[in-house]
Amino acid sequence: MTAQIHSFPRSTAVAVTVLPLEARFSLRLRAASREAAEAALGLPLPDRIGRTSEQGGRRALCLGPDEWRLDVPAAEAAAVAGALEGGIPHALVEVTDREVTFLIEGPGSLDLLAIGIARDVRRLEVGRGARTVFDGVQAVLVREGEERFTLAVWRSYASHVEELLRQGAREIALGL
Amino acid sequence: MLLIHCPYCDETLPEPEFAYAGEAHIARPADPMALSDEEWRDFLFIRSNPRGNHFERWRHVNGCGRFFNAVRDTVSDKFAMTYRAGEPRPNLDALKEAAE
Ligand SMILES: [Zn+2]
Repeated sequence: MTAQIHSFPRSTAVAVTVLPLEARFSLRLRAASREAAEAALGLPLPDRIGRTSEQGGRRALCLGPDEWRLDVPAAEAAAVAGALEGGIPHALVEVTDREVTFLIEGPGSLDLLAIGIARDVRRLEVGRGARTVFDGVQAVLVREGEERFTLAVWRSYASHVEELLRQGAREIALGL
Repeated sequence: MLLIHCPYCDETLPEPEFAYAGEAHIARPADPMALSDEEWRDFLFIRSNPRGNHFERWRHVNGCGRFFNAVRDTVSDKFAMTYRAGEPRPNLDALKEAAE
């Protein structure tokens, strides 16, 4: 299920859309198991918090010292879910349906994010991400490009975040 | 707004990403059955509550998720330092001398 956004104002300053769901996993494992997991997944797992890695359409974002978010094509979900079985102590949970991911792009995207995020998003480098908080809602932010971000929140908070983004986008479109 | 340095993310970030988690360096007794009621009460409830530097736990709950320790002045709210969970209690006099 994908949340529908019907009335985001059309604007050249900032556009917000909801990304279609592929497959998303939460992976927890100790540093000692990282290399074995990388080989099994066919994907490097960055060891610095906030870094991302990509290989063959799969992507990892390091969220904590022992935690990664994996985004993979939907067709590979079953393969990834079983990739670490046997020998590697870990926790791997599919969380695809838990989250709604907003794509925020345009020259006003930094202004729009600033309505809900206290950290200085300008300092986030392209290709990096972080778990943070958007108006009281835990969110995972990734800077996909200079003026292009994804913001993932848990589904039950999505309507609140969506409404704030809608209001903010409207104000930015009107030049307020 | 307080800015707090997370020793795991190695970044200084705004307070809404963090949660306070009480006084640090309080070890749970290895054998609670061996304690008197008074000793158990002290473990559960009695805290140092100093005026000045306080060793306390924080959690980067809206971030890397880790608990860590901090030294904060309870009068000025200034953080002297933060350090990873499990590291020994820092010697503040040595810190001050090093800074001078
Ligand atoms: Zn952190």
